[in-house]
Amino acid sequence: MKPKFSQFLLNTPMHLFIILIAIIWVFPTVGLLITSFRPSSAVASSGWWTVLMHPFNFSQYTLANYYEVITKIGLGRTFLNTLIITLPACILPIIIASFAAYAFAWMEFWGRRFFFILFVGLLVVPLQMTLIPILRIFNKLGLSGSFFGIWLAHAGYGLPLVIYLMYNYISGLPSEIFESSTIDGATPFQIFKSIVIPLSVPAIASIAIFQFIWVWNDLLVALVYLGGTPNVAPLTVRISALVGSYGQNWELLTAAAFVSMVLPLIIFLSLQRYFVRGILAGSVKG
Amino acid sequence: MRTKWFTPWFYVIPALATLVFFLIYPSINTLIISFFGPQSKEFVGFSNYIYCFTNETMLSAFRNNLLWVAIFVPFTVFLGLILAVMLDRVHYESLIKSIIFMPMAISFVGAGVIWKFVYSYRPIGSGQIGILNAFLSYIGVQPIPWLIERPWLNNICLIIVGIWIWTGFCLVVLSASYKGIPRELLEAARVDGANEYRIFWKIILPLMKPTVAVIATTMLINVLKVFDIVYVMTNGGFSTEVIANRMYKEMFLFRNYGRASAIAILLLLFIIPMIVINVQRFKEQEATR
Repeated sequence: MKPKFSQFLLNTPMHLFIILIAIIWVFPTVGLLITSFRPSSAVASSGWWTVLMHPFNFSQYTLANYYEVITKIGLGRTFLNTLIITLPACILPIIIASFAAYAFAWMEFWGRRFFFILFVGLLVVPLQMTLIPILRIFNKLGLSGSFFGIWLAHAGYGLPLVIYLMYNYISGLPSEIFESSTIDGATPFQIFKSIVIPLSVPAIASIAIFQFIWVWNDLLVALVYLGGTPNVAPLTVRISALVGSYGQNWELLTAAAFVSMVLPLIIFLSLQRYFVRGILAGSVKG
Repeated sequence: MRTKWFTPWFYVIPALATLVFFLIYPSINTLIISFFGPQSKEFVGFSNYIYCFTNETMLSAFRNNLLWVAIFVPFTVFLGLILAVMLDRVHYESLIKSIIFMPMAISFVGAGVIWKFVYSYRPIGSGQIGILNAFLSYIGVQPIPWLIERPWLNNICLIIVGIWIWTGFCLVVLSASYKGIPRELLEAARVDGANEYRIFWKIILPLMKPTVAVIATTMLINVLKVFDIVYVMTNGGFSTEVIANRMYKEMFLFRNYGRASAIAILLLLFIIPMIVINVQRFKEQEATR
């Protein structure tokens, strides 16, 4: 075996490549973050990287952009809307899917295989296939432009993947649990409530994070079903509109974008493990 | 587990009802609407489809989606694969993984703003505030209007945003699969005198083929449905139209539900081969249970 240091030198091109990629990946976001803290006159006249010459000169930073986007442009309210949309849109499909996944995994019934293949097959149906008919129904029922409508829509669209992931997990539970509980006289619902759900908490956690980030970041569904109603619009819809109207006000656009990114980033950085687990369960196990 | 015959249905019916309402019924309805006029009043036969294949903007959307497939899919998968193998050999693996994976947490809208700023362009003479053009000015090259220069450069610039977002996803999945390869296998090959390059092509790649296939399929489906990035950054201007954005415009801008539905159906037809693969995959999995 070669000594460690010469090994390291041999690998220099590889290290350089990795670091170069990392820099390319992180630079755009850093630029956004720095710009969002700079006064508008500075943003318009010089690049954000000039800040790096003397990064600890705090007089070049300001919170004014955040103050403006949150109060005057009203992103505070929009942030709240996004939260109101996202939480139920996360919980609802998980509840519905847990029931279905449990039945598919551990009960025998007519058409079990057929319905399961149907459900999983729906995974790849593009959203676009459903927008017009549902929008028409929503319009008739007065659900377009309402939180209730978009909760249901996200529950429906998220369901195939959530069922698939829950099924993978619940079907992997040891069968002895079910046999012995049945012998002890437990009903299927008792087993579901007091054994399956508590045991599935790790899976539910990763799926919840997954669905949270997906709904939080969704643009198309919100645009179609909430589109014309500004007071219920989430951040993605609002910001894509700002790109048009505030085109060159980069200090405001970047601050707005960062407001929309902060919560998913916190969740991502603190719960990355679960997020990765959810992704792996969805794509590798299959 | 033994149950009464109707018990399972209590568990399945909420899901079934939701899926019928939100996916199955609308899909069938969309198919029907696609043969009708703008407001679904008169039957028009295939004319919406004929429009899709003759209209110039539609054709350019197909071409651009094809460009997305040709660049985005190989880049994300291959870059993810190389990084998965390389990062396994360095001790700062988890830091770099987090950095490359982070864009997954950011919305496409957020990513659109981030990159629009990177590509930002001002006429010669005024200071450049976009980092790419600032760099060009610094080395004495004329600034480039990245998102306007049609038809190749601006599309490629949009595709780069997609690559930036999705490579982390590929990396994480491929890396998990790579770590599943027994180390002894690679060591044995090294002892036998194979170099790293050969090991990659002859051992690592064949063993990871199933995962690579799954990831490539996922990326392919993603790319066919790409919408947000284009909507935010150019909204299809300067020949950057894609299928999904075209559908959105037919639906909301031109209120032509017939054409919009026909576009959705075409999108599904492109994706159907992927559905077949997915179902096949599930059947294999069931067989080994």
